[in-house]
Amino acid sequence: MTLTLFFEQLLNGIQFGMMLFLMSAGLTLVFGVMGLINLAHGVLYMVGAFACALVAGITGSFWLGLVASLIVAAMAGALIEVGVIRRLYKRDHLDQVLATYALILIFSEATRWLFGSFPLYLDVPDILAQPISLFGLLDYSSYRLFIIFVGIIVAIGLYLLITKTRLGMRIRAGESDREMIAALGVDIRTLYTLVFALGAALAGIAGALLGAVQSVEVGMGGPVLILAFVVIVIGGIGSIKGAFIGALLVGVVDTMGRFLLPYLMTFLFSPETAANVGGALSSIAIYILMAGILIVKPKGLIKGAGS
Amino acid sequence: MMLSVNREQKLNISFIALLFILPAVALSMDEPFYITLMTKVVILAMAGVGLNLALGLGGLISFGHAAFFGIGGYAAGILATHYMNDELLFSAFGYEYFGTDNMLAIWFAAMFVGAIAAIIIGYFSLRTKGVYFIMITLAFAQMIYYFAIAWPTYGGEDGLSIYVRNNLFDLNTLDPIIFYGICLSLLLLVTFLVSTLRNSHFGSALQAARQNEQRLASVGIRPFGIQLTAFVISAMATALAGALFADLNRFVSPDMLSWHTSGEIMIFVILGGVGRLFGPILGAAMFIVFEYYLGGITEHWGLFLGIALLAVVLFARGGIVGVIAGEVKHD
Repeated sequence: MTLTLFFEQLLNGIQFGMMLFLMSAGLTLVFGVMGLINLAHGVLYMVGAFACALVAGITGSFWLGLVASLIVAAMAGALIEVGVIRRLYKRDHLDQVLATYALILIFSEATRWLFGSFPLYLDVPDILAQPISLFGLLDYSSYRLFIIFVGIIVAIGLYLLITKTRLGMRIRAGESDREMIAALGVDIRTLYTLVFALGAALAGIAGALLGAVQSVEVGMGGPVLILAFVVIVIGGIGSIKGAFIGALLVGVVDTMGRFLLPYLMTFLFSPETAANVGGALSSIAIYILMAGILIVKPKGLIKGAGS
Repeated sequence: MMLSVNREQKLNISFIALLFILPAVALSMDEPFYITLMTKVVILAMAGVGLNLALGLGGLISFGHAAFFGIGGYAAGILATHYMNDELLFSAFGYEYFGTDNMLAIWFAAMFVGAIAAIIIGYFSLRTKGVYFIMITLAFAQMIYYFAIAWPTYGGEDGLSIYVRNNLFDLNTLDPIIFYGICLSLLLLVTFLVSTLRNSHFGSALQAARQNEQRLASVGIRPFGIQLTAFVISAMATALAGALFADLNRFVSPDMLSWHTSGEIMIFVILGGVGRLFGPILGAAMFIVFEYYLGGITEHWGLFLGIALLAVVLFARGGIVGVIAGEVKHD
């Protein structure tokens, strides 16, 4: 094990974390502002990836695809919100879980119907296809660095949006007292649709960005959705800051766990057992992390509006 | 008020009758496939009846009951495989155990392991509330799911086959109608036990904990113990269903542990009617009928299932039982 490899894996972990942040930001915002558990968030990730693959396939430009993923996911989000989600805000969590689970079935099958069961392929844009040399120490994928960059930009953008703008002020007000801001004359229905569409757009971008690294297929949103839930629960539901910390934690622990645990186990067990134990442990490391954090802090690391 | 209660009871009785009549009809028409389909309904219904105890009566929204379903399945699979291959499972105090193909022993093992897992999961999960509880139960189930995939001894991702269905007394368990009879008897037994529990002091305390924990605590009952007990019993019923499901398919795989399975068990409960005694049974029946008939017409049956589910949540609150028998009336 070399130091170069270690840093490469660490960067991979951060990149994974940034992608998770894009997914969780919308999820945690929707929970914080509207009090809604949205299992269909993974669907928007899938919609973004398909929109990007389709547009990039037709126009030949990844960047147009990325723009399309943003727009289509936001539109799909707004559509879901107005058609279904809006009726769920006053329901209990159970109804929300079931209704959004139904949305997963509907969107997944509809996508399978339209695009078939075979995965689509999305290429990394040419400009980011070559690895880049970092401080002369290691060659690292410039595309993955780009994902980290996008994650940081979105984090800063969200911070500014929430703390410095009028819309952000309304979102924060909505988190602390729904009835009051409605009474003050804020159009709460439009605000909710906007927040939902914003979260959807972020999920769509995450899907498009990751679609170029993995394959674009129906059901790709499922595993990411569960991870995003792990992230927001660790971070404290409703807190964007918590989502950022949680996402980095989950990304790094998962990636480094897969890399280090099988190696560390060789000190304890025979090589074959070490591979088994290390593999099994690393695949559940983040869930152990989450359970551990919730046992110590039952409401997550950062106190969010959802608690 | 008496009328609506009677209506739910009438619905339950007619449904029990159907569970006896339909397989008899299928048997007389020599259609073993339908008997197997109904066996699936009965087994999944049992998993739902288990979850309904925690979810419906206790208000504990567990999104991780696939863990117990799968644990029951793996208990059956592992015991049977060791028995078939004559492999040592464990040895203690000079006693060596090679597994078993006795259903009774397998059921008890499944419920025992399910209970142990539920004590651990419940102990930690019940410290959290609301959406955190939903998510921590999901996290525990995911742990077991990924563990089952990564651990190669019992098939890993490929799962584990049970070559011959396990035995109960001298019955021919491979005969579909006999296996159906076994599963139906267990379902009725479990449902009866849940109904007894519901009407007991324990049941009242559990429902009081759902409605208002502080109030329950103020009369001197700690909600934690009541909720943990309910969670464990609920898990045991689901684990028993898992063991039967493994025997039905003669196959266990990590799929049984996946979050989709948790979602489906939850769907049975909500579709049928949360907290209703027969809700999960009707819900499971609806689900399987839907899956089977729509699956025969179009491969995109999931789309229509999704639309139907959405319609039930949005417009038919209280599930099927709620629609037919009306809302639960309180004195």
